[in-house]
Amino acid sequence: MLLNIKDLHVSINGKEILNGVNLEVNKGEVHAIMGPNGTGKSTLAAAIAGKEAYEVTQGSISFNGKDILDMQPEVRAQEGIFLGFQYPVEIPGVSITNFMRTALNEIKKYHGQEPLTAAAFLKKMNEKQKLVEITSKLKNRSVNEGFSGGEKKKNEIFQMAMLEPQLAILDETDSGLDIDALKIVANGVNKLKTPDNATVVITHYQRLLDFIVPDFVHILYDGKIVMTGGKELALELEEKGYEWIKQRVKA
Amino acid sequence: MKMQKSQPLFQKLDQWLEESQGFFNANCQAKRAEALLKLKKLGLPDKKMEKWRNTDLSEALKFDYKLWTKEFSPAQIQNDLFQCDVHDLDAFTINLYRGRYVYQDQAIFKMENGAIIGSMAAAIEKYPELVSQHFDKYTNSENKAFDLLNTALFLDGLFIYVPKNTKLEQPIQLINAVGREENTFVQNRNLIILEEGSELTLIHCDDSYDYKRSFTNSLSEFYIGKNAKLDHYKIQNINNNSFLINSDYFYQERDSRLNTNKMILNGGLIRNEVVNTINGEGAESDILGLYLADEKQHIDNQVFVEHAVPNCRSNELFKGIVDDYAHAVFNGHILVKPDAQKTLAYQNNNNIILTDKAKINTKPFLEIYADDVKCSHGATIGQLDENSLFYIRQRGIGIDNARMLLMYAFAAEVINHIKIESLRTRIDDMVKKRLRGELSICDQCVLQCSTPEYHFEIDMAKID
Ligand SMILES: Nc1ncnc2c1ncn2[C@@H]1O[C@H](COP(=O)(O)OP(=O)(O)O)[C@@H](O)[C@H]1O
Ligand SMILES: [Mg+2]
Repeated sequence: MLLNIKDLHVSINGKEILNGVNLEVNKGEVHAIMGPNGTGKSTLAAAIAGKEAYEVTQGSISFNGKDILDMQPEVRAQEGIFLGFQYPVEIPGVSITNFMRTALNEIKKYHGQEPLTAAAFLKKMNEKQKLVEITSKLKNRSVNEGFSGGEKKKNEIFQMAMLEPQLAILDETDSGLDIDALKIVANGVNKLKTPDNATVVITHYQRLLDFIVPDFVHILYDGKIVMTGGKELALELEEKGYEWIKQRVKA
Repeated sequence: MKMQKSQPLFQKLDQWLEESQGFFNANCQAKRAEALLKLKKLGLPDKKMEKWRNTDLSEALKFDYKLWTKEFSPAQIQNDLFQCDVHDLDAFTINLYRGRYVYQDQAIFKMENGAIIGSMAAAIEKYPELVSQHFDKYTNSENKAFDLLNTALFLDGLFIYVPKNTKLEQPIQLINAVGREENTFVQNRNLIILEEGSELTLIHCDDSYDYKRSFTNSLSEFYIGKNAKLDHYKIQNINNNSFLINSDYFYQERDSRLNTNKMILNGGLIRNEVVNTINGEGAESDILGLYLADEKQHIDNQVFVEHAVPNCRSNELFKGIVDDYAHAVFNGHILVKPDAQKTLAYQNNNNIILTDKAKINTKPFLEIYADDVKCSHGATIGQLDENSLFYIRQRGIGIDNARMLLMYAFAAEVINHIKIESLRTRIDDMVKKRLRGELSICDQCVLQCSTPEYHFEIDMAKID
């Protein structure tokens, strides 16, 4: 099993946001996590990635059989966990090239591998930017600085393509995208899929799942996964709305 | 405030004056003597003075300094200085060593286009009219102790005259170096005259060769004539045992352009005073600075911009990263006089503080007497942004590198304003090295001597 989350409780500033999440992700699978705003989807993603303010008060997260809760965020990333941010951060003054080269080399170092040569690195950059249809102009710019919403999301997928994580968690990568950008992003994700890796897409809308077809759909509500099903669950949710979930949970 | 007679420095001033008067003509001697008298009345600054509240010189002034008033052989020193080749900076280099002008054949020379470059002391003899027209005309000598000290006891400096409508294509690089001798006291006096429509790029470096203590009091006056353009870079990289007081006076005529950029990379105590007098309509100035301070370093920047006439623009941006026990001070003062309508004046000071032992005093100040103006000021002191750090670390970059990337990114805003590409690349490398804690003061005259090194950044434009 790639990712195994058991009875996860997470608090922010003493306020409990997640109260008992269970999730199992195997290699080769695509999972979708859906749910209304403010139910803790991003909190779950941040807790997996190791953001400091997100305190795990109970439960466990293991990745490839290793307990990751005591690992620094960079070590989790080096182990193969990638988070596509809902709100990618602008870092003026740091070029994407420099950023990706540093990241890639640190990951390689962690695994005892030699750093890429400049030529090999550039080749990889060129290859991967084509995947998400990023023009070369974009990559000479600072990380996310002055990017449109769509460019930021594409840039997340580009970084995922560069780093080739084993587990990619994409937090609302679809929100704010027009249909063309959505297709590009989904296409990128699909091309990166291998039998050895897995993807968790967090989304608010069913729309994305027409393009990235999930094996499992989970519904997160009030800090818990309240329902799990196949891709039909997303359609049912789209049809009946989140009110339906609320009522089912109350019942 | 009278000067303390007990200060060791005080007791030497008369002697230094006596020893150095022989280098100058009678007229100049009289001015020097007069300045020293005034200085003795005024006294050296202490912490009770408003302008010096946050910068304590008592430690710096207590040593047994030596001013190099003896004869010296410029040629011999020249051989010593030029041990390495310029590898990427195409600049005409001038060396001041411990305040003395170093030259091979001529102390001052005139180029074919009429530009004059050379020793300040030589200029006083050879071009007395030019010098007297501008010398000490833009300072505030009357009430500034270090101006008076400089006027009284300077030994040499750089003199540049750029005639009307002349553009000096090649930048001039002034390297002011100290070292080899303990407790050196240096007094540099520079005068740069840009006549109407002329253009000059000047790179001014303060360097130390080793860890020997020094105290430098450097004063530069810049006259920027009508329509003239000055691009000025100051790189300060001296050892932690050295003290530097640097005053730059920029006087601007109509439609002139000033761009001055300070890179303060290292030093025990550095105090910069920038005075920009904008005295001709349509003139514009950009005054930028970057300071990186750690250990017990003290970096103080005082910027005064005076808008005396309408329709001018000034823009100030100073950014600093302060680590360990270091202390940074910024005082910005924009004065908009009643006639200076339609003034655009901006001032910004942004700081990153890395420890709770580090200290920052920042005081932006606008003084406006005209009603139709656009002025703004701002000052920030913050830590590295947690969200950005997490984002970077999530990509597999360790905390130390993540912090370094963010610090570099913060500094880059100032570095990116450097217009000369080769200089920008060098400074960029130096800042990165500095942030990694690898910058050595023994990268002798850093701008020209170190070998080209591994470039952190790949310039895609060059490879594709
Ligand atoms: N940094 C934070 N500090 C305090 N509360 C937060 C923080 N981040 C999220 N929350 C709260 O946690 C809850 C879940 O938020 P989030 O995980 O972002 O939900 P979702 O991604 O499902 O919309 C919300 O009530 C939100 O207000
Ligand atoms: Mg969210």
